[in-house]
Order: sequence, then C-alpha cells, then structure tokens
Amino acid sequence: MRGLTQRIEVTLETLLESVDLAEDITLRVAKAVGFDEEQGYRIGMSVREAVINAYTYGNLQIRERHIFLLFELLPAEMVIRVRDQGAGFHLEDVPNPLAEENLLKTSGRGLFLIRAFMDELLVTIPKSGGAEVTMTKRYPRARPPAPAGASEV
Amino acid sequence: MNLQATNRDIGSATVVDISGRITLGEGSAMLRSLVRQLLDHGRKHIVLNLADVNYIDSSGIGELVSSFTAVKKEGGELKLLHLTKKVHDLLLITKLFTVFDVHTDEEKAITSFSS
Repeated sequence: MRGLTQRIEVTLETLLESVDLAEDITLRVAKAVGFDEEQGYRIGMSVREAVINAYTYGNLQIRERHIFLLFELLPAEMVIRVRDQGAGFHLEDVPNPLAEENLLKTSGRGLFLIRAFMDELLVTIPKSGGAEVTMTKRYPRARPPAPAGASEV
Repeated sequence: MNLQATNRDIGSATVVDISGRITLGEGSAMLRSLVRQLLDHGRKHIVLNLADVNYIDSSGIGELVSSFTAVKKEGGELKLLHLTKKVHDLLLITKLFTVFDVHTDEEKAITSFSS
C-alpha cells in the first residue's frame, strides 16, 4: 500500500448545488482517511471555498463549464485539486482581506480561509487553462486502509 | 439545515434568532433580505442571535459584513450575540471580531445600543 497513490476524481457541473456536493464528498473522504471531525470541517470548508471560487469567479456561473475535483491520497498527506475552466489568476494578485482597507469588503476571504485551514495552498494555471487550486493536508497519524472504491494508480 | 429566523421586538431593539447555515445561496440571501426588511420597517437596532448557527462560509461572513454596513449606513447598529465556537473562530482569524460588537448576554446587548 505504501508508495501508491489513490486518486478520486469528480467532475462537477457549474451549479450552486455543486458547492454543497463537493463539501459532502470531501467530508466523507477526510473521515475515511482518518481525519477527525474538526480537521474534516476545515478540509471541507477549504474545498467549499475553492469550489465557490471556481463557480463564481472562474466559471462565471456558466453551466456548460465544469469544475474538476481531484483527491490524491498520498502516503503522508492528502492533496486536493480544484480546477475550473475560467481565465485563471495568480495568488499574489489576490488582495489581503486582513488589510485595513479590505476588512469591510463583502468578498475575498475564501483563499485566506483555505490558507488558514490547510497545510499548503498553491494556485497554478495549467496548460489546459483555468485556475487550479491545490491544497495539501498532512495526515494526523498513519493512514488507515483506503476507502472502498478508491482506485490505485 | 436551511437558515431559519424569527424576530423578537424588545423596545427599540429587534433580536433575530437565527438557526442553520449561513452560506452561499439561500442562507446568505435570506439574511440579506431579513435585515433589509427590518431597516425598511424602521428597526435599526438589530441583534443577530447566532447561538444556533453551526456553520458559516466566506459568503456568509460577507453577508454579515454587508448587513453591518447597511445598518450603519441607515444610522443604526447591528450586534452579534452568542457566537458558536466555529463562528467565533472564523471572526477571529478574519479580524472581524474587532469590527463587530459581539455579546454573550442578550440583555446587555440590548441595553448597549447608543440611543
């Protein structure tokens, strides 16, 4: 088992319902790989925020576009990627929501929450286009057996 | 669980007991509509009782901020009451805990309105 990566891929429609669905799936995966309820909440919230970004700013709520959710269960950590079909963006261009002038803004906190809740956050623009938000969370201890139905590559 | 809310008028203040999730979509929209309706009826001293709000996302946080500024713009005040640990922690890390007037006692929240 060690050394193998299990992958779970989900393609979501650009719908408001996909936000809840992505979070629900994430909570199940997080529980299955051994994260406790509090960590599951943080991971679920992070995926929720990444999918909200994809739905709102990436895919501009255009239903024909897709949101790609990928879980990679590595031996020591879980990597989650959320990719949209929008124009892409650079993390350094996102305003700091803690800056005095941004405190009362009604949006712009999603990526900040992901950074607070996950161990690593990376945003890239893959060759296929769009933005890909990559989030990493290290397992709290040795990972239990893979969830039923997970494929090994 | 969808957002549910009931209002209680106590003197010039309105306490809104909210339960459920304040998230992107219905939850945020309902909170926005609720606060706008109170303002339309001249209720400008608003306490949001969040004791039964077990989940809030960035959209929900944005809606709280939007409500706060909308009430302030009308010359009123919006206060938060009985935050759950999750909401408390989110307001702390987003530095909004210092922006909102947060209370743990309903009576004190009501008497704290300036006029």
